Amino acid sequence: MAQPAPSRLGAVLAPLLALAAILAVWEGLTRALAVPAYLLPPPSAVLAAAAHDAGALASGALMTGRAALIGFLMSAVFGALAAIALGSSRLLEKAFYPYTIFLQTVPIVAIAPLLVLWFGPGLRAVAVSAFIVSVFPVIANTLAGLRSVDPGLRDLFRLYGAGRFATLVKLSIPSAVPSIVTGLRVASGLAVIGTIVGEFVAGFSEDSAGLGILVLSSYRQLRTDLLFAAVLTAAALGLALFGAVNLVGALLLRRWHPSEQNR
Amino acid sequence: MPEPHSPAISQPANGGVRVVLRGVRRRFATGVEAIAGLDLDLAAGSFVALLGPSGCGKSTLLRLVAGLDRADAGEVSVGDGTTRPSIAYVFQDPHLMPWRRNLDNVALPLELAGVPVAERHEKAREALRMVDLADAADRYPGELSGGMRMRASLARALVIRPRLLLLDEPFAALDELTRHRLDDQLRALWIELGMTVLFVTHAIGEAAYLAERAVVFSRRPARIVADRTLDLPRERSFSLRADPAFAREERALYEALVRGEAA
Repeated sequence: MAQPAPSRLGAVLAPLLALAAILAVWEGLTRALAVPAYLLPPPSAVLAAAAHDAGALASGALMTGRAALIGFLMSAVFGALAAIALGSSRLLEKAFYPYTIFLQTVPIVAIAPLLVLWFGPGLRAVAVSAFIVSVFPVIANTLAGLRSVDPGLRDLFRLYGAGRFATLVKLSIPSAVPSIVTGLRVASGLAVIGTIVGEFVAGFSEDSAGLGILVLSSYRQLRTDLLFAAVLTAAALGLALFGAVNLVGALLLRRWHPSEQNR
Repeated sequence: MPEPHSPAISQPANGGVRVVLRGVRRRFATGVEAIAGLDLDLAAGSFVALLGPSGCGKSTLLRLVAGLDRADAGEVSVGDGTTRPSIAYVFQDPHLMPWRRNLDNVALPLELAGVPVAERHEKAREALRMVDLADAADRYPGELSGGMRMRASLARALVIRPRLLLLDEPFAALDELTRHRLDDQLRALWIELGMTVLFVTHAIGEAAYLAERAVVFSRRPARIVADRTLDLPRERSFSLRADPAFAREERALYEALVRGEAA
């Protein structure tokens, strides 16, 4: 709010200028050093490939985006619910929290074949892969948020005779919202990563041949320009999801949370 | 908190309750003895200041009276002991819920007691009026000054028309001028509403200015080193602070504090 307009403009312009500079150096160096296009294509070639295969990229983005969104929403819902369940009882937390960390440490590439066995190749297995990769930050952050309730307010709720449910709904969950949004931010990027990995192993059906498959096929054909275009599209998808989460977070928190004020 | 006979504002309320502590002991799990055998009898409707050095067990005593903590030995009784009277508590920090506008923060105790929304909003507006904060009903705590937040916190305590009001160094973090103003407001509200007030402070001037009776505590474990009925007029204003009678009371409390430190 206190930011004057010029520096706000700068916040948009500065990264754009940096991007232009990086692209120019990249273009210049690949041409000057005559780098083979299958090793590192210049940005202009990537752009040309993107235009040439726009259809494949668009349908890939649609498939990947859909699977990532489903996986992300599963993480948001199950992650938050699981954290609330764990947060409601010390015993539950002690019993199960160590195993949620397992979700964080499990090598997704290694268990992806298992997902194919369980769910069959296709959208379901891919979305579950996105879910597994992205759920832990939601659980961990929600749990941390539920634990960070103002102790004075907790006393106040006790003093005024609030039950467990009222305390959860009116105090603990609202207190946890900023942490939940943080968890969702992390999860949004991870969901796209989990989707691409899932597609590598399970994305061989009509409803799941997303950008991961495009990466694989362009790699096999040594079409590195298209490979780059597919990777960048996947990154853009992650950014879009991240941006959407940020927007929702800003709308939820704008009136009261310091992280969303004075921006 | 349902009250048997709801009073009009101008009426001296349904009055304060008597508070009696007999042989109260409190030792924490860490082995620290906060209170080692304390007797105290507060008359219904009285305004009592508890004065003592920081960390002497004043807050522990307040929590025991509020029922937020349990004594290891002895007895704490509030009111006639048959029904639980309405008790309000104001902490050193406002402890407002940052995601709620003032009106809903102030209405919280009624909300937890199941009072319908229209009725609790009406009462919350009235409580905000009492602390001169009617204009800020729709604003969020983050948008207020420290003094305004404290007044909102006071309004939340008053909204249930408590028969016992406990305050734990409520104005300690505020600037001098704001503190004096709130002292006056609190004193006026006490005269208007007639509840029993137990006010914890480490500021001698504030204790003398506000209370009818001052109880001075020693260092931990808290013992009573002085119990003094203040010989000051009922109507108090800024000029009293320069009055010789006020200076005499301040001096007596000061000497008691010094004795308590040495003990």
